[in-house]
Amino acid sequence: MALTLDLVLQVALQAVQMFLVVLIAPLVLGVTRRVKARIHRRIGPPLMQPYRDLWKLLHKEAVLAHNASWLYRVAPYFVFATTWVAAALVPTYATGLLFSWSADLIALVALLGTARFMLALAGMDIGTAFGGIGASREMMIASLAEPAMLLIVFTVALVAGTTQLSEIAATFVHKSVGLRVSLGLAMFALVFVAVAENARIPIDNPATHLELTMVHEAMVLEYSGRHLAMIEAAAALKLVLYFSLIICLFLPFGMATGEKTAAALTIGIGAYLVKVLVLAALLPIGETSVAKMRVFRYPVFLGGAFAAAALAVFLLFVSRGF
Amino acid sequence: MSFLIPPVDLVILLPALAIPVLAFVTNYRLGAALNVLFSGLTLAAGVSLLFAERIRTDLIIIDDFNIYLVTLTTFVGFTTSIFSASYIGHELETGRLTPTFLRFYHAMYQAMMVAMNVALVANNVGLMWVGVEVATLSTVMMVGIYRTPEAIEAAWKYFILGSVGIALAFFGTILVYLIAQEVIGEGLPAMAWDTLVANAAKFDAPLLSLAFVFLLVGYGTKVGLAPFHAWLPDAHAEGPTPISAVLSGLLLNVALYALLRFKIVMTGNAATLNVGAIMIVLGLVSLIFAGFMLYRRRDIKRLFAYSSIEHMGIATFAFGMGGPLANFAGLLHMTMHSLTKSAIFFAVGHVAQVKGTQRIAEIGGLSASHPVLAVGFALGAIAIAGLPPFGVFASEFLLVSSTFARAPLLTILLVIGLLISFGALVLRLQDILFGEPKGPVGPVKASYVPLFFHLALVLIAGLWLPEPIVQWFRAVAQQLG
Amino acid sequence: MDKLSFDIAHLLAGSMLVLSFLLLYQDRITAVLNVFALQAIALSLSVAWQSVAQGAPHLIVTALIALIVKGFIIPTALHRIVRRLEIHRGVEQVIGGGPVMLTGLGLVALSILLVQPIKEGASILTREDLAFALAVILLGLLMMITRRNAVTQIVGFMSLENGLVLAATGAKGMPLVVEVSVAFSIIIAFTVFGIFVFRIRERFDTVDVGALDRFRGEQRDQL
Repeated sequence: MALTLDLVLQVALQAVQMFLVVLIAPLVLGVTRRVKARIHRRIGPPLMQPYRDLWKLLHKEAVLAHNASWLYRVAPYFVFATTWVAAALVPTYATGLLFSWSADLIALVALLGTARFMLALAGMDIGTAFGGIGASREMMIASLAEPAMLLIVFTVALVAGTTQLSEIAATFVHKSVGLRVSLGLAMFALVFVAVAENARIPIDNPATHLELTMVHEAMVLEYSGRHLAMIEAAAALKLVLYFSLIICLFLPFGMATGEKTAAALTIGIGAYLVKVLVLAALLPIGETSVAKMRVFRYPVFLGGAFAAAALAVFLLFVSRGF
Repeated sequence: MSFLIPPVDLVILLPALAIPVLAFVTNYRLGAALNVLFSGLTLAAGVSLLFAERIRTDLIIIDDFNIYLVTLTTFVGFTTSIFSASYIGHELETGRLTPTFLRFYHAMYQAMMVAMNVALVANNVGLMWVGVEVATLSTVMMVGIYRTPEAIEAAWKYFILGSVGIALAFFGTILVYLIAQEVIGEGLPAMAWDTLVANAAKFDAPLLSLAFVFLLVGYGTKVGLAPFHAWLPDAHAEGPTPISAVLSGLLLNVALYALLRFKIVMTGNAATLNVGAIMIVLGLVSLIFAGFMLYRRRDIKRLFAYSSIEHMGIATFAFGMGGPLANFAGLLHMTMHSLTKSAIFFAVGHVAQVKGTQRIAEIGGLSASHPVLAVGFALGAIAIAGLPPFGVFASEFLLVSSTFARAPLLTILLVIGLLISFGALVLRLQDILFGEPKGPVGPVKASYVPLFFHLALVLIAGLWLPEPIVQWFRAVAQQLG
Repeated sequence: MDKLSFDIAHLLAGSMLVLSFLLLYQDRITAVLNVFALQAIALSLSVAWQSVAQGAPHLIVTALIALIVKGFIIPTALHRIVRRLEIHRGVEQVIGGGPVMLTGLGLVALSILLVQPIKEGASILTREDLAFALAVILLGLLMMITRRNAVTQIVGFMSLENGLVLAATGAKGMPLVVEVSVAFSIIIAFTVFGIFVFRIRERFDTVDVGALDRFRGEQRDQL
C-alpha cells in the first residue's frame, strides 16, 4: 500500500516537472518579448500572447505543398516530442525524480541533435531555396556548437564525477565545489552555445523574415497551422530547456534534493520559476546590446565558446588533479 | 689590498655616472674623449679587481669565473671606445650620424657597459637577467642608429627575438628560484649563485632540467646559437662597427657566461638531463651551419657575424663536452675570440669607411692601397680562421685533441666544421687583400693601436699563457664539471 | 578559507588566460589595446590577491606598478601613438583565426603538461599558477608571431611580460629588488619600442612589419 502511494507520488512529481516545462514555455517567450519591447521603448505584446498564438495556430488549417513527403508532416511532432522529452528530463525544482536515471547529459545532447536533424530535413523536404539556406546554416552552427557543448558536458562531468544531470545538480548543491575557473569558463561557453542553438541574436533574429538573416525561421517558413504550432512550441521548449540547464548546472540552489517534503518542493518550484523568469528577462537585455553577426563570423563566435570549454577541460587537469 | 670604494662598485658606478654626462655633452669630440676616459677608468677598476679582496654578498659576487671576464669586458670596452672615437669622425663627415645621435650613442654605449658589468658581477640570478636585458635594449637602440630601412629592420628583428629569448630566460630563472626556494628557503639566498651551487644536489631534478631548457633557449638566443641566431647577422651588419665589435666580443660572452653559471648548477645535480649532450649538438649545428653560410656572404660584416656564430658554437661544444681540458679550451676560446673578433671589426670598420661600402665585391686590393690596415686585417682574419701561432689555434687544437681522446666521431664533425669555415675565410681574405685596388683609395684616419694591441695579445696567448691565467682557467674548468 | 583563496587566485589567473585568448583574435587595434589594459588590471588584482594569500606585503607594490604602468600608462600611451600614426580605424589582418585559436589551445595544454613535474609542495598555489603563467607567456608569443602590425606585436610582447610577472609573483618570496628591477626593465623596453614604432613609420610609411621583410639580409642579393 505504502509502496503504491509512494509510486503514485513519484509519478506525480515527475509529471509535474514534465508539464511544468511545457506550460511555462510560452510564458517565458512572452516575458522575453515584452522585456525586449520595453527596452526598445515600445509597449510590446501581452505576456499571455504566445498562448493565444498557439491556440490560434492549432485551430488553423495546415497547408502543405504538393511535393511534401511524410517527413514534412511527421517532423513537427517528432521535433516537439524529442524536445519535450529533453526538457522534461532536466531537473528543474527537484532532483532524484522517477525518470532521473535517464537524464544523462550526453543523451540530452543527442536528443537535441536528433530534433535539429529532423527539422533540417524538413526544411529541405519541399525544395525551396529558403529551406535549403536555413538547413545548411543550421547545420553549420550545429557543427560548431556541438563540440563546444560536449566539452561543456565533459567539464561538468569531470567536476561532478557523473554525467547524470540529477546527480550533478545534487553534487553542486551539497558539495562545496567552490569558484572553480573551469566552471566559470563552462558557464560562459554554455551561454554562447545556448544563444546559438536557440537562434537568438547575435546568431539569428527570431523576429525577422529577411532571407539574409534567417536561420531557424528559414527552415520553418512553409509550415502553417498545427504544424507551425508544434514547431513554435518546440522552439519555446528548447529555450526553457537551456535555461533549465544553466540553472541546474550553475545556479542549483533551492532545488529540493533530499526529502521531498511539501515545503522543500514549494521552495523548489518557486526558486525555479524565479530563476527562469530572471533569465528570460536578462536574455533580451543581452540581445539588445549586440548586433546580429554576419554568417561568416559564426565560427569566430562559436570558436570562442569552444575555446572556453576546451580551456575549462584542460584546466581541470591542473586544478587539484582530477 | 683594500680600496676606498670597492672596485666592484666602481666597475658599475663609473659607467653609470658616464651616462648622464655623455648624454649632455654636445661637442662630439669631447664626448668621444670622455667616453674613452670613462672606459679607461672602468678598465682600471676592472684590473684592480684582480688585486682587491674577493667580495660576496647576496647581490654581488666576485669569484674565479667572473673576475677575468670583468677584466676582459672592461678591456675590450676600453679599446673599442678608442676605436669608436676615430670611427665616428668619419661617420659625421659622411653624414651618416649627426651630433645629437652621437650623444645618444655614447650614452647608450656606457649604458651597455654598466649592464654587462652588472650581469657579470651579479650574485643574484634575477639581477643578472636584468643586466642582460638592459644590455640588449641599449644595443638595440644602437643598432638602429643609422635610421636606414635596413638598420631599422635589423634593430626591430633583434628587439623582438632578443625580447622573446629574454622572456623565456626569465621564466627559466623563476623556475630555478622555485626549485631553490623549496630547499633553501625564501628570499635572496635562494637566488644567489653560490648557495645554488652548494645545494644543487638537493634540487628537484626533472624540474631543474625543464628550467635549463628554458634558459638554454632564452640565453642561447643571445649567444647566437643556431637555430636561434636569426638576429645576429643583420644586427652586426647594420649597426655601427664599434657596436658590432662589442656585440661579438662582449655581449655574446656575457650570455654564454650566464648559461655556464646555470650549467654549473646543473652539474651539481646528477639526476638532471644530460645538458652536455644538448650543448654539443647545438654547438656543432651552429658551427657547421655558420661554416656553410660563410661561403655565400657578400657583405664583409655579415661574414664575420657568421664567424661569430661559428665560434660561439665551438665554445658551446667545448663546454658541452666538459672535463678539465675541454672546459679550459672553451674558456680560452671565449677570451681569444673576444679579442680577435673585436680586432677584426676594428679593421673592417675602417676598411668599410674608406671604401664606402661593405660589399666584398667592391673591396679589393687592400694590400696595395692601405698596407697597414691590410696587414692588421689579414692577421685578424688568419687568427680567427684558426691558424697558428695565434691563440684561437691553441684553443681549437686543445679542443680537438681532448675531443678525439673521448669521442672520435664528434672530432670528425668538429674538424669538418673548422675546415669549412677556414676555407671560406681564406677565400674571402684573398678577394679582399689581393688584386687591383677597387673603390676609393684615399688615406684613412684609423686607430691602429687597439687593433694591433689585441692581435699582439692573441699572439702572445697562443705562444705562452701566463701562469696566473692558466690557474684561473683551471679553477673555473674544475667548477664547470 | 584556504580553498577559497586558492580558487580566487585561480579565477584571477584564469581570467588573464581568457583575456590572452581574446587578444589573439581581435582585429581592431583599439580593441586589442583595451583588452590588454584589462589583462593588466586582472594581473594587478591577481598579484594583490597573492600578496594577501601569501602574506607578502611587498607584492602590493608590484600590483600597484602593474596597475598604474601597464593598466593605465602604457595603454594610454599606445592609444595616443595609434592616433598619431592614424591606424586606429583600420581593420587588421590576423593570420588565420581558427588555426591560431587551436594552436593557442594546444599551447595551453602544453604548458599544463610541462609543469606537471612540480610536486604539490609547500606552496600549493604554485603549480597551477605557474601553468597559467606559462600559458599566458606562450600565448603572448603566439600573438607576436601571428600579427602583422608593429603595435600589436608589441602588445603581444607586453602580454608575454604579464605572464612573466604572474609567474614571478606565484613564486613565494621573490625578493622585491628583483621584481622592481624587472618592472623597470619592462618600462625601458616599452620606451625603446615606442621610439621604434615612430622610426618604422618614418622610414616605411607604415607599421606593417611585412614591409620590413624586404630588407632582411637574406633577401637582399644573397648578402
